[in-house]
Amino acid sequence: MNPPIRLVEVRQKVLKQNDLVARALRERFHAAGVYVVSLVSSPGAGKTRFLERVLSLLRPRCRTAALVGDLATDNDAERLARAQVPVRQITTGTVCHLEADSVEKALAGWPLEELDFLFIENVGNLVCPSSYDLGEDLRLVLFSVTEGEDKPLKYPTIFNTADMAIISKMDLSQAAEFDRETARRNIQAVRPGMPVLELSAKTGEGMEEFLQLLDSRRAATSGGLSKEG
Amino acid sequence: MHELSIALGILDVAVEQAERLGTSPVLAIHLKLGPLSGVVKESLLAAYELAREGTPLENAALVIQDVPAQVCCSGCGVVRAVLSIQQLYCPDCGSPPARIDGGRELEIVALETEP
Repeated sequence: MNPPIRLVEVRQKVLKQNDLVARALRERFHAAGVYVVSLVSSPGAGKTRFLERVLSLLRPRCRTAALVGDLATDNDAERLARAQVPVRQITTGTVCHLEADSVEKALAGWPLEELDFLFIENVGNLVCPSSYDLGEDLRLVLFSVTEGEDKPLKYPTIFNTADMAIISKMDLSQAAEFDRETARRNIQAVRPGMPVLELSAKTGEGMEEFLQLLDSRRAATSGGLSKEG
Repeated sequence: MHELSIALGILDVAVEQAERLGTSPVLAIHLKLGPLSGVVKESLLAAYELAREGTPLENAALVIQDVPAQVCCSGCGVVRAVLSIQQLYCPDCGSPPARIDGGRELEIVALETEP
């Protein structure tokens, strides 16, 4: 005979607090007319190099800024600052991912209304960032040709939470004997229908295509992202 | 490894709920966990053992109920559990999902108390 027990129904998401902050951030971003893109990848996949290039290319035509998360050092922020756009570093200490709360704190005092795009570079990690909504409009997952075509199968959850996949370092694809068909098939297996772009921040291959996609996504975002002047 | 912060989050929610409901001592926290939540069950259970010490719920166990990832098929329109999260399409016809219908759960569903 089982001992008597009583179950009291609760039904509450564990990450409710993060989700609430993320939702408020998303509303704030839309009200300010800024389109927000976050980047996740393993360490060394080329997030910072890619972002440096994106910021430089966008600078003449729109107003951008970046937040960059790292466990320690502000090396990445220094690198991104070379693109001469506003950059802020979020040093997470031992925390392996950004949370909505850390983004909100880092934004303090920043005039979001003056921006067209805000980029958020997450900590290099393909596991933990997948659980946390940051209020972004578009989540990019990067993986480089040197990491192996099966990366999506090894880390299905992060690919599942992303909106677009970027295969980076295409300039090395021959040397790495990268099999693009297999890589694309693996991405589609874990996230059917996800758009995939192949590019190289070094040679510029695929960068223009990415910027066009970014523009069309921003234009398609509801909530009146168009600004006067 | 973010399971420790998740475990602390679970305790925060459960302590608050237990106080609000004024329940008798909580014996267990029942959690629904999906394979697309980004949380590893074994790591979470280990982290929970550390996290519960010194909290009002230090005697409460964590009971995890695994729930499957499910897709609503764009071809046949039926909701089905996928074979694995590496094969996130309809297990019957292979069509891509119209939407994901389950698998991201990380949710406290009940507190188990003495009657």
